Amino acid sequence: MDTLLIIILILIVAVIVGGILIYNGLVQRRLRIDEAFAQIEVQLKRRWDLIPNLVNAVKGYMGFEQSVLQNVTQARANAVTAGAQGPAAQAAAENALTGTLRSLFAVVENYPELKANQNVLELQEQLTTTENQIGFARQHYNATVLDYNTSIATFPNVLIAGPFGFGKREFFDAEPEAAQVPQVDLSNLAPPKVG
Amino acid sequence: MTAPVQSFYSQISANRRRSLLLVLLLTAFLGFFGFVIGFAMSGGYWQGGLVATGIAVIIALLMTSVSYFAGDGIVLAASGAREVNDQVAPQLMNVVREMSIAANVPVPKVYAINDTAPNAFATGRDPRHASLAVTTGLLEKLDREELQGVIGHELSHVRNLDIRFALLVATLVGSIALLADFFLRFTFWGGFGGRGSRDRGSGGGGLVIIAIVVGLILSIIAPLIARLVQLAVSRQREYLADSSSVELTRNPYGLERALVKISSDREVLEVANRATQHLYFVNPIKKFEARAAGLTATHPPIIDRVNRLRSLTGQAPVDQSGLQALAGLD
Repeated sequence: MDTLLIIILILIVAVIVGGILIYNGLVQRRLRIDEAFAQIEVQLKRRWDLIPNLVNAVKGYMGFEQSVLQNVTQARANAVTAGAQGPAAQAAAENALTGTLRSLFAVVENYPELKANQNVLELQEQLTTTENQIGFARQHYNATVLDYNTSIATFPNVLIAGPFGFGKREFFDAEPEAAQVPQVDLSNLAPPKVG
Repeated sequence: MTAPVQSFYSQISANRRRSLLLVLLLTAFLGFFGFVIGFAMSGGYWQGGLVATGIAVIIALLMTSVSYFAGDGIVLAASGAREVNDQVAPQLMNVVREMSIAANVPVPKVYAINDTAPNAFATGRDPRHASLAVTTGLLEKLDREELQGVIGHELSHVRNLDIRFALLVATLVGSIALLADFFLRFTFWGGFGGRGSRDRGSGGGGLVIIAIVVGLILSIIAPLIARLVQLAVSRQREYLADSSSVELTRNPYGLERALVKISSDREVLEVANRATQHLYFVNPIKKFEARAAGLTATHPPIIDRVNRLRSLTGQAPVDQSGLQALAGLD
């Protein structure tokens, strides 16, 4: 009778300890999602800081392309304010900003002296790496979400997840606008300045 | 007609599983070997086996620990690597930063080796103490995507704790070699005295004699077999680093092009030799005679690495001439 009691006690302790370990694992994974999201913010802010430098570097050369530059500056301002309006609004604003930058670089292609300018090249590399870093930060975010969602859905974690309020989290999806190719209007381009 | 498409997830799982199985095999072998030797030497006591194995493992661990803790500095100095920063190599630092974000590891120290042969390596016992080195030849010859693939591969070595893994394997192999060496000396220096004629305690004379014979045979072949297993593990971890790189970049083409470009390069990496060859992205020893192949190679053949990457994107595998054609197109 005594051994049976001991065995039952050991089993109960094992279940409780197992439950605690599972709970802690879920909390850890959920926190990783928040950290990954914050890292995306870091990269987005980096881009905000770089853009004024880029606009200044090209402004002198692109006298006729003020609208393109203005679009970039405006989109950046929108993105900064959208930062406080929640993830959906922010994602939309950031994708719009990406679109204006792509238009800007498409136009820069027509200015050979600008293309060869050392400042512009460096800034282009900076923006390329920033776009990449944003992309990788989002990719990592999705990886943490996948890990977490898998944990709460699989056995035996699913037994703990439900009662303790661990809900599914959403992946970062590119907005539908991001799938569209940005329109580049070259119809009123003046001939590039020579000399 | 193209080959069926795999996912890098399944490649990663398969590579991890195979390398783990090999390590388990090695551990089991060490246990068996140590037991047989200890049993033989102690005259029939299984406790002797435990003690012998334990001592060998501790000595091997001490020996390999030195390289674990001090290894990076030695390897970097031996390669003539100098540390770089954003001013000197902005694009390289940017790519390393991008891959560190994707891998969620701290940015490692980055070094450049002044050599026209394209190659790279990573050292460091964990992501917090990691270093990455690339040759100037690599930076010149690869474009941004290809560089991402190579850096992704090297960072994956760090993230997958491959240095630590290699230490574990080296300890096992070292222990086996120590036991073999010790047993052979013990036997030939007459440690067994008048075999069979002395009273041998509880083990039973016949069993001990069998143990001695098996122990001797194993002592001769075990170190070689252990080394072959070690090389097999090294190859599996290289495949794992390739598929992990794809997990980071989501771009198998970049790494594939990098491998193709490097395979066609004829330059010789001056600073590399047999002692450091296992660390590099591709085997730096170019001369066919000087480089080991097949079972004795530290790296899988480039063509197999390329074909595994091609299977991720549904491209048909290439043979040696196909590989040369791909390189020629660059």
